[in-house]
Amino acid sequence: MSSMTASATPDRRGSPFAGVFLRELHGYLITPVAWLFSVIFLLSAGAFTFYLGAFFERGQADLDPFFRFHPWLYLVLVPALAMRLWAEERRSGTLELLMTLPIRAWQAVLAKFLAAWLYIGGALALTFPMWLTVNYLGQPDNGVILAGYLGSFLMAGAFLAISECLSVLTRSQVIAFILALAVCFLFLLAGDPLVQQPLLALGSERVADALSGLSLLAHFQAIARGVLDLGDIAYFVLTIVFWLAANTLVLAARRGG
Amino acid sequence: MIETEHLGKRYSRIDAVADLSLKVAPGQVLALLGPNGAGKTTTMRMIAGFLMPGSGRARVCGHDVVAEPLAARRALGYLPEGAPSYGELSVAEFLAFAARVRGLTGVSGRRGLDETIERLQLQPVLAQGIETLSKGYRRRVCLAQALLHDPPALILDEPTDGLDPNQQREVHALIRNMARDRAIIVSTHALGEVRAACNRVAILAQGRLRVEGTPAELERQSRFHHAVSFRAPASALACEMLGRLPEVDAVEVDPVDGRVTVFPRDGQEIFHAVVKLLDEQRVRVDELQLERGRLEDVFRRVTGDADVARAA
Repeated sequence: MSSMTASATPDRRGSPFAGVFLRELHGYLITPVAWLFSVIFLLSAGAFTFYLGAFFERGQADLDPFFRFHPWLYLVLVPALAMRLWAEERRSGTLELLMTLPIRAWQAVLAKFLAAWLYIGGALALTFPMWLTVNYLGQPDNGVILAGYLGSFLMAGAFLAISECLSVLTRSQVIAFILALAVCFLFLLAGDPLVQQPLLALGSERVADALSGLSLLAHFQAIARGVLDLGDIAYFVLTIVFWLAANTLVLAARRGG
Repeated sequence: MIETEHLGKRYSRIDAVADLSLKVAPGQVLALLGPNGAGKTTTMRMIAGFLMPGSGRARVCGHDVVAEPLAARRALGYLPEGAPSYGELSVAEFLAFAARVRGLTGVSGRRGLDETIERLQLQPVLAQGIETLSKGYRRRVCLAQALLHDPPALILDEPTDGLDPNQQREVHALIRNMARDRAIIVSTHALGEVRAACNRVAILAQGRLRVEGTPAELERQSRFHHAVSFRAPASALACEMLGRLPEVDAVEVDPVDGRVTVFPRDGQEIFHAVVKLLDEQRVRVDELQLERGRLEDVFRRVTGDADVARAA
């Protein structure tokens, strides 16, 4: 409706979405937090695979020991990367600047999300020597490995969407981090006895059942096994969409408050 | 054109802003004055689209801020309170970001960017990280962001806060220059700024509009309007006689600098009567001055009433 009345700006090739997306991406390349994320992710992905995962000792040409630890790495690293997304904008007052620019709330939410997701994707792509190694040592099923990468990337996106949404609730990055860690942990282990037992003890079998279907871990493992079920992929996509939508609503509601 | 109609915002049980109707036409610079917590920033935030109006409406160049938020924001340049910016970026990167979000690319966008940089004299710090800049520069960087798209309406929340006197004068000149064809609202605590850059004044207290008018109109409401002040050593007797003149309301002596101020009754002209009497009494007078009226005085009276009302 408003694009009709936008005569104030003669040249409209730039876009609010691209502006925020590029600024965020640029931010990852110049801030130490993001580099720390990549380095720690790459180092610990390698260390876990070879030591805890017994990559060589197993004598199998696959990347199962590599992907197995991704949920746990993301659980800590993604909330750490995402905690500043909105909390920092709120603390420094730049949120007021951003939200009074001609950009829609959902565009800002999505631009921030995609920039961070792309950055994580870059870090994930840098683990390619692992793939080269296993291909050098044997004949792995590269389809399964590709599925593993896809599942890992989707899971990172789900954690990221959760963490970004929770970051908008506070101006403290520490609180944002802890909140995101707790909620991600809950979703990761939704099907695990750790979460299920207390619910069953409370007699809420339906809630427990519904929650177990939301388990990030189960869906990730299904994809990482090489079985590309549409349901699993839809689960991740819907999770991401849900949390981004919630993020947009919270942002809009803050205007009313 | 910036307009508000019965604009209001309530927080729990307190009216941050209530029933505020303002109209700022192109060519007008409205100074929004008021004590801290009077609702200046809340008002500006509602017009800028950062806060939803609780009641009433606000329009920027005819675009309702709720119904057409993007069109309203495109027409507006906004300097938020505290002049926030992304500290990790350089000045050039930050302005490029703002330009891109506003769709200012290509040749015309580049020209707007260069003009704004020139206007605010930011060339020397373009490559510098914003967080390494002085407070004055940071404020100018955020001001640049508000001017990039050459908006027909401007809202500046304390544009000169933290600037040195030279920089303040430059910003005043900038505002005066831009005022010709723009509607501008400026909030400030520096009443001197009103004469320097604004041609209208609105004073808020407790979220309500108390007075509005041109600076001269407001000064006329001051008890200092048409008062006569002077410095004269050993003039106690003359002062007593001045106090007995029928058109004189009161004579006050400033305890610090000894300056005598003679207040007229009902704003009458007393200058000649005072001069005549001082002459007859052969009082040696320095720095004789006819007072125009003081905004400080009006401000204190108008916002002081609010304090009394709150206490009652």
